[in-house]
Amino acid sequence: MQFNSFSDFISMGGYGFYVWLSFGSCALILLGIFLDSKLSHQRTLNAVSKQLEREARIKKAKQESK
Amino acid sequence: MWKWLHPYAKAQTAYRLCNTLLPYFAVVAVASIIIGWVWGLGFAPADYQQKDSYRIIFIHVPSAILSMGAYSSMAIAAFIALVWQLRNAELAVIAIAPVGAAMTLIALITGAAWGKPMWGAWWVWDARLTSELILLFLYLGVISLYNAFEDKGSAGRASCILALVGAINLPIIHFSVEWWNTLHQGATITKFDGGAIDASMFWPLMVNILAFAAFVGTVVLMRLKNEILLREKHRPWVKGLITNQTQLENQNVGDKNAV
Repeated sequence: MQFNSFSDFISMGGYGFYVWLSFGSCALILLGIFLDSKLSHQRTLNAVSKQLEREARIKKAKQESK
Repeated sequence: MWKWLHPYAKAQTAYRLCNTLLPYFAVVAVASIIIGWVWGLGFAPADYQQKDSYRIIFIHVPSAILSMGAYSSMAIAAFIALVWQLRNAELAVIAIAPVGAAMTLIALITGAAWGKPMWGAWWVWDARLTSELILLFLYLGVISLYNAFEDKGSAGRASCILALVGAINLPIIHFSVEWWNTLHQGATITKFDGGAIDASMFWPLMVNILAFAAFVGTVVLMRLKNEILLREKHRPWVKGLITNQTQLENQNVGDKNAV
């Protein structure tokens, strides 16, 4: 370990703001793109199933009106 | 000789391959991000000149490398999609673009946060920085071009052409520090004469590059799965998949109601 105490680690030899700004924004962006990809899977499944149901309903209605 | 590759042109096989590969990429990504960040932040020695501010290198360099690496893969996929008309390659272009844009954004932000204490400015219109910013715009262009068309067939073709033409920016980014007199420093790890970086900093950097590469792989596979589903929604296998999914959900709801 390069640092003697936790406060030393946080201050990063006076460069704490820049180091933690970098790592913080990096973590946020990585998490953001990961969550977006994860959630869009369920969104995709829902959207596709809704569209397929709708198409099936339309087909049925057309057959009944004949 | 290359015949074993042919089935992977089929969307369903590609989807299954994504599912098989995903856990490996995810495990490597999580493990190496934890190791790389702890090593880089806590255990690598401080730089004799830049002190602890240089620790930004452990995310700046990997994200910059991956921003260009992702673009190269995207351009190769675009070329394949245009020449051999493989739909999976077209979907790969669309899956890669947002991930590459995220990498470029990280490289730009961490670069700014490193430039401020070292150069005294968040941003300068230096050749390296400007060409990297153009890379971000190229990614955004590919994404918005794809979203601009209702017909996804022509949307994909337009995005592929832009992705391919934009590849000219890659050598410009790479050689910008040699061709122009930039404030940005020259190459550190791609110089193989040795001595540019000490082993105690080189190895944590390598772990972080692996971490970012595995992360990009994981997220691209996840996004590619979604794109395949969207484009193949009228195929029976997708319908089967969705019926399974809704049945599972109904089961879960049923269980909860039983309690």
